[in-house]
Amino acid sequence: MARQITFSEAVREAMQIAMRENPDVILMGEDIAGGADVDHLFEDEAWGGVMGVTKGLAKEFGRTRVLDTPISEAAYIGAAVAAGATALRPIAELMFNDFIGCCLDQVMNQGAKLRYMFGGKAQVPITIRTMHGAGYRSAAQHSQSLYAMFTHIPGIKVVVPATPYDAKGLLLASIEDNDPVIFFEDKTLYNMRGEVPEGKYTIPLGQADIKRAGNDITIVAIGKQVHTAMEAAEQLSRRGVEVEVVDPRSLSPLDEDTILDSVAKTSRLIVIDEANPRCSAATDISALVADKGFDLLDAPIKMITGPHTPVPFSPVLEDAYLPNSQKVIKVVSELIGDESILAV
Amino acid sequence: MSMAQTQNHELSKSQAQWMYQKAVEIRKFENRVHDLFSEGRLPGFVHLYAGEEAVAVGVCAHLDENDSITSTHRGHGHCIAKGCELDGMMAELFGKATGLCKGKGGSMHIADVSKGMLGANGIVGGGFPLACGSALTAKIKQTGAVTVCFFGDGANNEGTFHEGINLAAIWQLPVVFVAENNGYAEATPFHYASSCTNIADRAAAYNIPSVIVNGKDMIAVYDAAKEAVERARRGEGPTLIECRTYRNYGHFEGDQQKYKAEEERRNHLNEQDAITMFRSYLLDANVMNESEMDNIDQQVEEAVEKAIMFAEQSPYPSEDDLYTDVYVSY
Repeated sequence: MARQITFSEAVREAMQIAMRENPDVILMGEDIAGGADVDHLFEDEAWGGVMGVTKGLAKEFGRTRVLDTPISEAAYIGAAVAAGATALRPIAELMFNDFIGCCLDQVMNQGAKLRYMFGGKAQVPITIRTMHGAGYRSAAQHSQSLYAMFTHIPGIKVVVPATPYDAKGLLLASIEDNDPVIFFEDKTLYNMRGEVPEGKYTIPLGQADIKRAGNDITIVAIGKQVHTAMEAAEQLSRRGVEVEVVDPRSLSPLDEDTILDSVAKTSRLIVIDEANPRCSAATDISALVADKGFDLLDAPIKMITGPHTPVPFSPVLEDAYLPNSQKVIKVVSELIGDESILAV
Repeated sequence: MSMAQTQNHELSKSQAQWMYQKAVEIRKFENRVHDLFSEGRLPGFVHLYAGEEAVAVGVCAHLDENDSITSTHRGHGHCIAKGCELDGMMAELFGKATGLCKGKGGSMHIADVSKGMLGANGIVGGGFPLACGSALTAKIKQTGAVTVCFFGDGANNEGTFHEGINLAAIWQLPVVFVAENNGYAEATPFHYASSCTNIADRAAAYNIPSVIVNGKDMIAVYDAAKEAVERARRGEGPTLIECRTYRNYGHFEGDQQKYKAEEERRNHLNEQDAITMFRSYLLDANVMNESEMDNIDQQVEEAVEKAIMFAEQSPYPSEDDLYTDVYVSY
């Protein structure tokens, strides 16, 4: 069997490969090593990132290339932008995507716009890795999925991997990209294992992946919700409904063709996105298909999203907030007008 | 923190000529932009640097092409002092394809990265983190380059002021923070908006040296910047220089400036004019004579008119340019 590693290890391996290959790749973030300037640690790390994703990198590459920053997001995200524009290729870790409010200007008005505003005479080759997603019992300020905010902003690329394999290949492509990339890592996926080849490979941004082929219905799912879609698809398959699961992998650029080709085959579309429903990736993909694929459709487009509420803390409420396979199967039954598939 | 005194020394003739020329370029460029804007010949809105020339020039006199600066919405003066071409600048203000940013940036985003000018900035306080990043590159790559972060008194109340200076201080980055305290953030006086008496006082919180200088006095700025730039180059970390200055025009063109007292304004335009003061200094110190300076005035005037002509005769970008210099996939 091919080698299996976790999502977290896949992300780390991508950074390690990039750092070995290119001395201009540096890491910046809060406690990505941890324990900076603590004498008794010598050069050891205290944390290696709050979730341990960057563990070992400070040891291998030294603290000049793995920079613990103060809790000062505007300063170090902005510094990453200009370090990128001058000659480095920084990877900045924004611990939780919810903290973007502290540094949005540096991302939205500086990083995203320098290349265009300067008439192409600057590049901002930075990758901002950030954690997102509900299901970790971390409540409203540490559970959001804010990728739609950045998809809205030109000049930024937005990547949301769902598997360890995709995480490694997409992160390596993101680091090599000459535009700012925001790379969303779902915190509940870090321990997920999957096949990941050793060594370097890249997955081009803007290339969706058909995670499962099927002729009856297309489900476009984002990030962790790819797994919800797969789970629902397995159950539906036993009831004679074959779902095609499309993982866009990046929301910007968005692989429109793969989505439209799939809808051309199935004539039905569901989008699963755990983020809030308004002005979201789900509405965006739905609008795309309504605009460019209306004739392909035999049924209304359906979206399965979180409700328009903050993410709640109580496990009971948070579970209710998230999409799940039962919700998917219910929507599928409505779409194909067959309630019998609801029966176990 | 201390109030700097002008030291008794002489500039080299070539340095003095460069400084005088740059100051005059800024003044004449801005005065003409003021005219052009009033005549409705320029699109958008502009924030003029006239009056503050001694700051940009006195500081940039110590920088070379490897050094960088971050700038503000009032950025034309920084551009000129850092060596940007007048033709390309003026064309940028006109939104022409020959502009420094191909007409995509305009006055508030004018930049020339090849000259180390990392951009005017439409966001007050936007430059602090960027200056840290440019200085971080210099530090990691050991280039010896220094980054100067120009900012106004309005920006000293932004959160990025604190974050940026703190980061530069803990990492001992080669940055010089240059406050251009012109007394007003837009239409609001400094003393109303800032809890401190001096911007320079705030440096104490970050354990970095600071100094207050008369920002109208080219030599005072030059001396303070020399020390700060050398300190940064030696790897001894950032310095904060507060330059007390004044803008001759409003916050933006069209600003009636009702918040300025008439006497204050007259005083700054006449008795305390930076270029008049620098001329006197150069004459008294026997560095340059009247006719040498008049010659420069004349040449600059022609250069600015040539820049206007260049800009007006240049083509606008084509509509296709809307979609270049950014990935567009939708």
